[in-house]
Amino acid sequence: MSFLNLFKTDSTRRAVLTAGQVVPESARCVQCGICSYNCPIGIDVRAHVWRNESIVHSECLTCGECVARCPRGALRFAQTDLFKRSGA
Amino acid sequence: MRYVILGAGVAGFAAIESIRQADTAGEISIVSDDPNGFYSRPGLAYYLSGEIDGKALYPRSREDYRALNFAFINARARKILRDGKKLELEGKPALEYDRLLIATGARAIPLNIPGADLSDVVKLDHLADANTILALAKRGRTAIVTGGGITALELTEGLLARGMAVHYLLRGERYWSNVLDARESQIVEARLQADGVVLHYHAEVTEVVGRHKRVIGARLKDGTIIKCDLFAYAVGIAPRMELAQDCGLACERGILADERLQTNDEHIFAAGDVAQVYDPLTGHSTLDSLWNLAREQGRVAGLNMAGRRTAYLKSAPFNVTRLAGLTTTIIGTVGRGRDEDVLGIARGDSETWRELPEAIVAQGGFDVNHVRLLLGENHIIGAVLMGDQKLSLPLQKMVTHKTDISSIRDMLLQPNAPIADVLADFWVGQT
Repeated sequence: MSFLNLFKTDSTRRAVLTAGQVVPESARCVQCGICSYNCPIGIDVRAHVWRNESIVHSECLTCGECVARCPRGALRFAQTDLFKRSGA
Repeated sequence: MRYVILGAGVAGFAAIESIRQADTAGEISIVSDDPNGFYSRPGLAYYLSGEIDGKALYPRSREDYRALNFAFINARARKILRDGKKLELEGKPALEYDRLLIATGARAIPLNIPGADLSDVVKLDHLADANTILALAKRGRTAIVTGGGITALELTEGLLARGMAVHYLLRGERYWSNVLDARESQIVEARLQADGVVLHYHAEVTEVVGRHKRVIGARLKDGTIIKCDLFAYAVGIAPRMELAQDCGLACERGILADERLQTNDEHIFAAGDVAQVYDPLTGHSTLDSLWNLAREQGRVAGLNMAGRRTAYLKSAPFNVTRLAGLTTTIIGTVGRGRDEDVLGIARGDSETWRELPEAIVAQGGFDVNHVRLLLGENHIIGAVLMGDQKLSLPLQKMVTHKTDISSIRDMLLQPNAPIADVLADFWVGQT
């Protein structure tokens, strides 16, 4: 994914939040488990981060609890390929 | 092939995973004197603060462990017998190895003052330490924390979250002065004070005062006594390398390891906080105490132990932590040392930050946002980012790849420059 995606307009931001996924930067993660602990539907977010995989899970609400609570900012949102906008 | 791994931290665990990847049949044993096995040691800070429970500290399930097929041996290692390739254990039969990984980590440097042996004097190395602190915090009212860096702050915030009144003693005039600048220290200190922490500057403890083996206070150099029921310290860490020294492995500040994480004994490897690893790019052997470097070293050591020649490539120094509630990223050179390379410093505060493009979707929403850039002639050599982390990835890339920023250098150095905007615009232009 190009970083350009991260610098788009506000409408893109909303699109990312509704049609995106949680993406890890595993070099920041220390496997403390706050993300998994706070996931309202019990996804093991931490296990994805260890493998440096996006949280591709049919039940993920992209509610942002894990992104907001991570004490090391290891998670962010990005658009999925499925909902990719033109030029992204 | 018999693999023995000494130490159940992240380096040891990463080694198990990579050995299994390369050798499905080998026999793997992991030896640790910590009965709790592999858990997130950095996560202890959040266990202390109550953000997670004890169970959440364990990243892996029993099924994961079964799939990796290794034996966990809870024992203290007594001696490495290099000639016979054996590891002697206390109270358990010796283990024979073909490849041994020493990943024993580091331990808190003990406090060397009278009263340090009292039962309510605590450190934060292991889960057992965290449990001791939690039990003491339940019945105590006032805590003193002394030391610096991240661990001291984690202790302070954890004890505060557990309802204790906390005095934080700083030996100097500000917090973490060799990494943060005066403004950043002040941001952290002001937030701690707002949370109720009492800060004491130039405060050196000369004695922990006790009665009936319990802590009742601490005496400072100027004679003042501060009352407390719990005394916590974090005055630095030291590699646990006694076993390596005793068996004649080459050690300096840590166990010396080459870029394949091999020691001067071809059957023995070292990784993590205990290892002082050769960096072919600089020609120096360095000691790091960063969790992610330990994981990568463990992974590379495991592959080499299993016969897959792999070099460890150290990534740009990069640390993330949370300081008084602010996610903080420290990239490259930011503290003292190598000052001759720093030709300019650019700082931005929360006001300029709010103008950042909204579409950078990363952690935000902090009440304080701060950036400091250390600029070389044509590139950024270091950065500190507190609060909003939207610029973190771009900055890591710019520092690592030594991106030429000469076109925006003057703009960044102007007084009250909107640094975040300038960087964001520049980065968009680059990608």
